[in-house]
Amino acid sequence: MKLGIMINEGPYTHQASDTAYLFAKAAIEKGHKIHRVFFYHDGVYNANRHAEPPQDDRNIVNRWQKLAKDHHVDLVVCVAAALRRGIKDENLQEGFRISGLGQLIETGIQSDRMVTFGD
Amino acid sequence: MTEATGGIEMEEGVGGKVKKFLYVNRKAPYGTIYALESLEVVLIAAAFDQDVSLAFLDDGVYQIVKGQHTKPIDVKNFSPAYRALEGYDIEKLFVEKESMEARGLKEEDFIVPVKVIGTQEMTDLMQSQDVILSF
Amino acid sequence: MLHTVNKSPTERNALESCLKHLKKGCAVLLIEDGVYGALKGTSSTKMVEQALKNHPIYALYPDIEARGMQDRVIDGIKLVDYSGFVDLAVEHPSVQAWL
Repeated sequence: MKLGIMINEGPYTHQASDTAYLFAKAAIEKGHKIHRVFFYHDGVYNANRHAEPPQDDRNIVNRWQKLAKDHHVDLVVCVAAALRRGIKDENLQEGFRISGLGQLIETGIQSDRMVTFGD
Repeated sequence: MTEATGGIEMEEGVGGKVKKFLYVNRKAPYGTIYALESLEVVLIAAAFDQDVSLAFLDDGVYQIVKGQHTKPIDVKNFSPAYRALEGYDIEKLFVEKESMEARGLKEEDFIVPVKVIGTQEMTDLMQSQDVILSF
Repeated sequence: MLHTVNKSPTERNALESCLKHLKKGCAVLLIEDGVYGALKGTSSTKMVEQALKNHPIYALYPDIEARGMQDRVIDGIKLVDYSGFVDLAVEHPSVQAWL
């Protein structure tokens, strides 16, 4: 099945991105396809390549990047939300792309299920 | 329009599918950005020719009350934008009666025409959707 | 449809509001701080037990364990892992998050 995911919160402060990641990973392991992960609101901070968590903590930004690379997951950061918060191509982690809100609607149209993670 | 819609060409990109989208608003405006950014999604959604409904329940009903004057907090008052939705053919705005009454509000307190429905009807509305987006 | 709740019932009304909007065929999945809604002996236990009579309620076990709540879960609430979460999302025609 094709699944779409929306993440509305940034990393570390809220559990949303962690839960979404573990959900996406489990879905892929079960043979489902993640059509797209759309990052909205403070969720755009999940794409900040300057994030440097302590060594003994999970690296939320990098593991999204790795999941995307290994399984061809489209990671889209909302341009309007990103500009508001200073996320630009210069500080965008590899594997993410910045695009319009239409990508969220398209995810809803194309996916069999849309699952939202937020606060 | 293609920039705002993420470069998606409507006709080719979505293959003519029409789904029922429900935008669920349960949060008050200004204290957090969710109400504003939810409205921004709805305004973009209008370009996609999908079947769009908006639900206001719990504190979400505060989003559309009249008389918002945000100058003193130096934040943009986005409530007039709800009135623009009609021009985009987004006319299905539902307010949950119980939420409205619990907050001392009446139908005439809203900035836009809404349909006031009970919890049961709201439940049916949610149940009948293909995609439910909550912010 | 599947409803997900990620808020503690003693902090916000997401669970209470969610439980008022259930129809036949609906299931509820408690995740993150929402798992505090799965506990026995709390001020919301009765409300949850009432809902359990008509609807299946699930809780994400990794979140229960993380919070040390393993021994406090209401009988009848089903525990799932992330794989079970995926199954629930797939089995129901739509998913609504009560944020």
